[in-house]
Amino acid sequence: MKLDINGTVREVDAPPEMPLLWVIRDLLGFTGTKFGCGMAQCGACTVHVDGQPVRACVTPVSTVGARKVRTIEGLSPDGSHPVQRAWLEADVVQCGYCQSGQIMTTVALLEQRPDPTDTEIDAALSGNICRCGTYNRIREAVHLAAKLSRGGGK
Amino acid sequence: MTLTRRELLRTSVTSAAGLIVAFQVVPRVARAAGPAPATPPLPPANAFLRIGTDDSVTVLLAHSEMGQGSWTGLAMLVGEELECDWSKIRCEHAPAAPVYAHPVFGMQMTGGSSAQWSEFDRYRTVGATAKDMLVRAAAARWKVPPGSCKVANGVVSHGKDQLSFGKLAEAAMKLAPPKSVKLKDPKDWKIIGTKVRRLDGPAKVDGTAKFGMDVQFPGLRTAVIARPPAFGAKLAKFDASAALKIPGVEQVVQAGNGVAVVAKHFWAAKLGRDALQIDWTPPEGGGVETARMLADYREKAKTPGAEVKKHGDVGAAMGNAKTKLVSQYEFPYLAHAPMEPLNCAVKIDGDRCEIWTGTQFQTNDQMFAAKILGIKPENVTLHTMFLGGGFGRRATPTSDFVSEAVLTAKAAGVPVKVVWTREDDIRGGYYRPAFVHRIQAGLDEQGRPVAWDHVVVGQSIVAGTPFEGMMMQHGIDPLSVEGLADSPYLESAGALRVSLHTPKTAVPVLWWRSVGVTHTAFAMESMIDEAAHAAGQDPLAYRIALLKDKPRHAAALQLAADKAGWSSPPAPGRARGLAVQESFGSIAAEVAEVSIEHGRIRVHAVTCVIDCGTAVNPLAVEAQVQGSVAYGLSAALYGKLTLAGGRVQESNFHDYPVVRMFDMPKVTVHVIQSKAKMGGIGEPATAPIAPAVANAVFALTKQRLRSLPLQLADEAKGS
Repeated sequence: MKLDINGTVREVDAPPEMPLLWVIRDLLGFTGTKFGCGMAQCGACTVHVDGQPVRACVTPVSTVGARKVRTIEGLSPDGSHPVQRAWLEADVVQCGYCQSGQIMTTVALLEQRPDPTDTEIDAALSGNICRCGTYNRIREAVHLAAKLSRGGGK
Repeated sequence: MTLTRRELLRTSVTSAAGLIVAFQVVPRVARAAGPAPATPPLPPANAFLRIGTDDSVTVLLAHSEMGQGSWTGLAMLVGEELECDWSKIRCEHAPAAPVYAHPVFGMQMTGGSSAQWSEFDRYRTVGATAKDMLVRAAAARWKVPPGSCKVANGVVSHGKDQLSFGKLAEAAMKLAPPKSVKLKDPKDWKIIGTKVRRLDGPAKVDGTAKFGMDVQFPGLRTAVIARPPAFGAKLAKFDASAALKIPGVEQVVQAGNGVAVVAKHFWAAKLGRDALQIDWTPPEGGGVETARMLADYREKAKTPGAEVKKHGDVGAAMGNAKTKLVSQYEFPYLAHAPMEPLNCAVKIDGDRCEIWTGTQFQTNDQMFAAKILGIKPENVTLHTMFLGGGFGRRATPTSDFVSEAVLTAKAAGVPVKVVWTREDDIRGGYYRPAFVHRIQAGLDEQGRPVAWDHVVVGQSIVAGTPFEGMMMQHGIDPLSVEGLADSPYLESAGALRVSLHTPKTAVPVLWWRSVGVTHTAFAMESMIDEAAHAAGQDPLAYRIALLKDKPRHAAALQLAADKAGWSSPPAPGRARGLAVQESFGSIAAEVAEVSIEHGRIRVHAVTCVIDCGTAVNPLAVEAQVQGSVAYGLSAALYGKLTLAGGRVQESNFHDYPVVRMFDMPKVTVHVIQSKAKMGGIGEPATAPIAPAVANAVFALTKQRLRSLPLQLADEAKGS
């Protein structure tokens, strides 16, 4: 089957029920998207399908069809996406394992809500677990990214 | 394995990483080793630093980066003395080799909140040594005295002459290292003590950071292992025929007490495992039941165990006390649940083996792999990848996840990456042990503790491991009782008895972020709070009075209370609680502000004061404190494993919940730069949060919660 991923259509030989996560990681080699729970509990595997955040670990690859998949690797060629810049500015990461998912969820949030309230941040990001407990700085970075996206920052 | 200079040179030629400055490093006084010997023995030639011809400065890390920030903090120590261009500095995990052994613990490992204090002198000396050699190389080139040269931002200069480190690296490498170096006076520090953003940040926001899970190379297969479903169960027989029919599954092999399905990719391996037919021999005696086990622990707690500490006549002092309190505190088994499930890739080639994994325990892993394969430890090349969280789980005395991967690769005859599922992780053992504490406290007329009888019941972490001989003291595992015998609250108690029962079970246990104080701090700080209320005193004033000879504890607690607004009442419906605990050489005091929302405990804000002596990177200290609070709060509010028939009932984040964004309080951190002996920062703020929250819940509801996780009785839920 064909998969449109990060702007390129790739041929993949995968059983239809194989989760998108493992197609992305094990067959296509995009390892920035992480495996954390396998049951849509932790958000580490969050990618975008036509701009919507989905949990790749429970998304059968056959359901993606011709829709466009975007992973952390497709966010920017050089780490310059406003959300990535905000993450660096706020020095968010610790172990870093969950952060691809946190960032992809945030990018989708900001596309829907350019200036989210704390309540909206809670609602959007409570599906993404961080065991290092970087939540305070994630919140700070989301607000900062909103500002950067609006051109209000540097 | 000793890296000689020649070997390092060879490495530099083949790695295209530039040139290496290799030199001797004389260790300074080890923190735990007492006074320095008159002539410290020279370690083998070290290489902690490479300076490339492109001016790049690469620091080799003897400690694994698992989120705690060593990737930045150790580089700061080198950079401080080296005077390099900070934008040119980068880090690599060191290979597994004796030269990278922990300066105090003697093995290459990451744990005990020790990277910064234990490496403080060694990594600064590395920087100073390299700078000395670069300056001498420049001075020789210009035929001027080294003392007349200046160094700044990666450039050595003399008058108008300037040479960058990269241009000097080759010449510097040919020089003899200095016999000694003088480290900077702290007043001259430019990097230490400043807020420095993480060097691993960019790779962790664009998906390029490589964790063990991300290791891929041609020929590497993925294995998922069926492990015994109950602790104590044993593999009897298995039928792999259905598994082998799954497309992508290549073989099924026995790996120790488990059955490994080896496949082209994870998904096939996982489906293959689901299809295995396995007969397990059930555990003897039916397996651990936590309900029954805790009932047994409660019985044991009624009588003293092995003596940990005793002074005075506890019975007599208790009899003379004006008020007597008896309380029991209980703690469940806890899984670490790091975000990255365990994994380990292994490639065996004749009498050599290569391992890629995120580990906290390189020396141990190397020894176990060598033993399994019957090869020399130095023939085991270990690549430390980024760790997607450690919290202690990636430092097992048995090297469990490395050992089984080596067994699997050996049996399969192909390179294999073993990947754990989250269910494997939650049910795989190596837990924070369950504990019961029973405390009898006698208070005098003023409400002060004058008699304290404390019985602890719980499994030993080190008993039965290779560390037993080194760590057990007269049958006492110090990790079971740390923070009790030396409690700052009990210094003036006339009679004290701390004793320990150490039952054995089939459940493997392990250090879990902040180890013993995860339970001892809760017991102590809850009981002291009970004593304060029994005495009719303010919980802060009561503690401060008891801490009169502990100025650092008192200062931290007072500052936390001041910053949290202790003297003014919280908003209606809210209450505050506090706790202070010393661990890993640092003191953490916390104030939690809570309310009850929809029948649940909600923690709104946490104020934490940390005194770790010298904070190398306050930005990292803040991050570690916030993270520790989140980790401790997960245990306070949610963490609990339940066993029936030896089987763990919980399996994933839906039934083993952890703190998420919506329940994360705002954590405000204040650092006291006390200049006291340097302590750790990765763990100390973990333990105080649970008692601070429980004490706040008491202040709010008059309900004293003595078991973790904290669960409100029904009558308190509606308030």
